[in-house]
Amino acid sequence: MFWNALLLAMREIRRNVLRSFLTILGIVIGVAAVIIMVTLGGGATVQVTQQIASLGSNLLIISPGKRLGPGQTVGAAPFSVDDTLALARDFPQLAAVAPMASRSMTVVYGNANWSTQITGTTNDYFKARNWATGSGRLFTESELRAGAAACVIGQTVRQKLFGNQDPIGVHIRVQKIACEVIGLLEPKGQSTMGTDQDDLVILPLRAFQRRIAGNQDVNIIQVSVREGASTTRAQQEIERLMRERRHLSENEENNFNVMDMKEITKMLTATTQVLTALLGAVAAVSLLVGGIGIMNIMLVSVTERTREIGIRLAIGALEREVLLQFLVEAAVLSSFGGLVGIVLALAASVGLASVLNVPFVFNASIVAIAFVFSAVVGLVFGYFPAKKAAQLDPIEALRHE
Amino acid sequence: MSTASIPVIELRQVTKTYGRGTAAMQALDGVDILIQPGEFVAVMGPSGSGKSTCMNILGCLDTPTTGSYLFQGVDVGKLSRDQRALLRRHYLGFVFQGYNLLNRTTALENVELPLIYRGDPAEVRHQRAREALAAVGLAGWEDHTPGELSGGQQQRVAIARAIVTQPGVLLADEPTGNLDTARSQEIMEILTRLNREQGITIVMVTHEPDMAAYARRTVHFRDGLVVGAHEEAA
Repeated sequence: MFWNALLLAMREIRRNVLRSFLTILGIVIGVAAVIIMVTLGGGATVQVTQQIASLGSNLLIISPGKRLGPGQTVGAAPFSVDDTLALARDFPQLAAVAPMASRSMTVVYGNANWSTQITGTTNDYFKARNWATGSGRLFTESELRAGAAACVIGQTVRQKLFGNQDPIGVHIRVQKIACEVIGLLEPKGQSTMGTDQDDLVILPLRAFQRRIAGNQDVNIIQVSVREGASTTRAQQEIERLMRERRHLSENEENNFNVMDMKEITKMLTATTQVLTALLGAVAAVSLLVGGIGIMNIMLVSVTERTREIGIRLAIGALEREVLLQFLVEAAVLSSFGGLVGIVLALAASVGLASVLNVPFVFNASIVAIAFVFSAVVGLVFGYFPAKKAAQLDPIEALRHE
Repeated sequence: MSTASIPVIELRQVTKTYGRGTAAMQALDGVDILIQPGEFVAVMGPSGSGKSTCMNILGCLDTPTTGSYLFQGVDVGKLSRDQRALLRRHYLGFVFQGYNLLNRTTALENVELPLIYRGDPAEVRHQRAREALAAVGLAGWEDHTPGELSGGQQQRVAIARAIVTQPGVLLADEPTGNLDTARSQEIMEILTRLNREQGITIVMVTHEPDMAAYARRTVHFRDGLVVGAHEEAA
């Protein structure tokens, strides 16, 4: 009985190419839309997570100024190197304390010049940011102490000034000083804020202060908390020490700001989760729309085929034989459409992921969900109208036009 | 014929009522018909006289409201829906006024359809279907779909489909209703030949006395009743 049903089903599919094609198309679109959506959404989420990880999540950023609101500060006195030394001395739970002074300037090599961020700091900066050199080396103690004209550059600066040439040992000009490139940092890519983290030149803090800034200011202190220690407690203790050092009385507000990168990380994670939930909702809607498409074509085709059912019943087909045939037809079309949809979706996802510059993340469960959902919709809406038609009196079904 | 003693079709006081209450319509009002194996019976009567209702009951497509229908001695009223389908499959052949072939399906595939439901293997199906098509003069037309055939040819495919299972009874509901005189005569000659050569019992509804003349006996219907039967000189 099953082989007969399969034979009859395959004949009907072959005979009605357009109808079969439309049914399959509905399923293909439903399945493909969902898979593409979720795969790309998953890729974007992974990318954001990677960016957060690249930032270093134990990071505290101490900056002078009163905080008026998110990202708004009013000016206040900068920090000094002594502040940094005090932090490092008083708090053993800090893995790195990096004083930083920065300025945007043009660097020149041969005919090439490039406007970038020049930062003076110590080797603690690389430790805090969890950043290593791809080639060359970091600063030596004597270079730091003497304020030598040596610099470590990011990948973007390398590319703009040197192309693919090896920059190690070459001298570039920063303002009036010729500065030897001693190290090239590993690429870090875009930050979560969309800025290029590799667009920077780093000098010893003392070299920056003496030869470029002409003062002893430290604009920002980046601190990384040791693994296992509480960043919240470190934040509170740093605030207390800094209030003391900046001679703030009991009722005065902080004229500096200690920002926990974990808070930002949390915020971004929350944003990503909202994004993922949104994509899931969109996917569910497109699955629903795909399902309705399948349902429509199934309903129309069974209604149109009532007379055919009448003929089959009149020449002696049993109700269950007619039903089985329709069920097999629906199953063959649904699963074929589902497979085509999966193949198309994966191909499109790989292509789009590379165009949109997000990683391709294969999500087996959404592939399975989309396939099963479409197959079930196809089967249910192929089955029930056919059941209704097969229960008609043959005479009624035959009269149906 | 060995089964001559048992009538192939016997209707006893069959009534059929459509609808209920005041809207009820009495299509058959107590019909008695007796048909012996090998007969060729024409059923005539004006529209609405109940002859199509009677055919549907004879074909086990419909059931009587009261009275009984014995097919080869078996009470059809006591059979289940599936059993009636199996009875149609093995013992009855149908020819309709509107042909009722599957669209976009070749003549051969249309004819072998009843054999698929019967579970015959592919070679047997093809062989029998070809023979049935040859019997109605359509050898060489096996691969044509209904859209590529004339009305007369489509009706002949329908006859081939009805006889491919070698049924005892062939029921034809106005088989020539959509055809011109020449085509109609071709169809009638095929039916007559099947009746004479293969001994198939034929019951045929028709409007046209010319067609009824091919039958050996005519049953007249009026207002849901049989109003008199008479033998034709065959």
